[in-house]
Amino acid sequence: MTIDTNAQDTATQPIIALEGLTFARGEHLIFDQIDLVIPKGKVTAVMGPSGTGKTTLLRLIGGQLKPQSGDVLVAGERVNRLKRKALYQLRRRMGVLFQNGALFTDLTVGENVAFPLREHTQLSEQLIEYIVLFKLEAVGLRAAKDRYPASLSGGMARRAALARAIALDPEILLYDEPFTGQDPISMGVLLRLIKELNQALGLSSMVITHDVDEAFSICDHLVVLAEGKVLASGSPEQLQAQKKQDPALAQFLDGLATGPLSNEEQADSMAAALGFSEALR
Amino acid sequence: MNAASLYIRRIGRVVINAAVHAGAMTIFALRLIAVAWVPFTRPRDLAQQIYAAGVLSLVIILVAGGFVGLVLGLQGYTILSSFNATESLGVMVALSLVRELGPVVTALLFAGRAGSSITAEIALMKTTEQLSALEMMAVDPIRRVMAPRLLASIIAVPILAAMFSFVGILGGYFIGVVVLEVDAASYWGQIAQQMDAFDDVMAGMIKAVAFGAVIALIAVFEGHYAEPTAKGMAQATTQTVVISSLAVLALDFVLTAVMFGT
Repeated sequence: MTIDTNAQDTATQPIIALEGLTFARGEHLIFDQIDLVIPKGKVTAVMGPSGTGKTTLLRLIGGQLKPQSGDVLVAGERVNRLKRKALYQLRRRMGVLFQNGALFTDLTVGENVAFPLREHTQLSEQLIEYIVLFKLEAVGLRAAKDRYPASLSGGMARRAALARAIALDPEILLYDEPFTGQDPISMGVLLRLIKELNQALGLSSMVITHDVDEAFSICDHLVVLAEGKVLASGSPEQLQAQKKQDPALAQFLDGLATGPLSNEEQADSMAAALGFSEALR
Repeated sequence: MNAASLYIRRIGRVVINAAVHAGAMTIFALRLIAVAWVPFTRPRDLAQQIYAAGVLSLVIILVAGGFVGLVLGLQGYTILSSFNATESLGVMVALSLVRELGPVVTALLFAGRAGSSITAEIALMKTTEQLSALEMMAVDPIRRVMAPRLLASIIAVPILAAMFSFVGILGGYFIGVVVLEVDAASYWGQIAQQMDAFDDVMAGMIKAVAFGAVIALIAVFEGHYAEPTAKGMAQATTQTVVISSLAVLALDFVLTAVMFGT
């Protein structure tokens, strides 16, 4: 069941690594001594059923949460042991796309993209203007520069937030559930953007998602989390091959209602509560 | 595990949680106070916050001040006339306003008008991950979002309180001098003679500064610790108004005892 050898095969050089990481919220254990590697220069998907702590993982990598034990390494630095100043220095090298964009609602799209530039650089207004247009062009939103986030569609808001995330030319780009609630067209645009930006800007991307098909279509490396452990990791081909021997992995990747993962219990008890558990079997 | 040890564990957890929460609040407050001066380096941002908290509260403050002054004039006149001391009406109205009613009523109105909106704004920024986004952009939300609101309140409340008192004194003048025909010279003269710039005016201003700080601190906490739900946000705004109003009244007693209690 442990496929750590696969991880070593594909991982040329880790940009993010978790080492023996344990994290619990109160009594609830979310990560139980996990080891995980995000290779440099690639698009990696971190997948798992809802409630496996994918967003928690993002916050651990960003240093917003601290693990109970183990280490989070980002670009060689131990995030969980950094002082505030060093942590803030490191964060300038990361871009994060939040689930709903998290654009500042009282600033226009252009001002949102300019925000990190104005905060962290001494560039002239003229140059900032130029960079903002350049970044908006990259996500296809040049025309929306003077609009307010509230007037954008969900897909546009997410792309605007993406422009803001790449404003400072980060080395690492983290995506939190970028595919949820996207129509097929904006989904296609987003998938292409993630892939292209990673290549064009020489980034390392980590995409947190539970959309299996989308993840397989663009990612070079995949990590599947379930029940506080790393269920599998490797290239899409490796995972497809491994699926045949691992019913839990097959259950998640193929979206089966029954299987070793605890979703089954939920489905069963729910079915029982509704009085048709027999029908389900 | 038996019932008794479960019970003890539960008590332990409650105590630990409370201690953790109190500690977090204290650290948060100290960090906020430590960077309260930072917004001076961003005058435009600070001006915006002063506008939102102060200028937009002007109408309610001025109207309330006017009515309080009218009532003070009326009540004062009836009481003072039974002692044949209506020439002291001006100083009575002015002292009540400058020492007490100005700062306190302004603070109570400010808590309802500006405090609640600060809480709602910060709670919504938290719910929509805007504060997280700031943190991940290596921008400290305490410096960038909370500190300007704290400083704006500290600046705005004393100015609002001064305006409240001024309008109130004019209201008292209108009732006393214009309507009830108290001598105008003695209305102003008594104020000039008996009111002390330091003991009365400064004391009132010190109170207003303290109230502004307390209201903003409570509003920012409540917003920052609001549960990210509709109910949680509603609760947080209500809490801000309730807690800061009580805090203002309690603090007023303490400050009055210290400054006037001899």
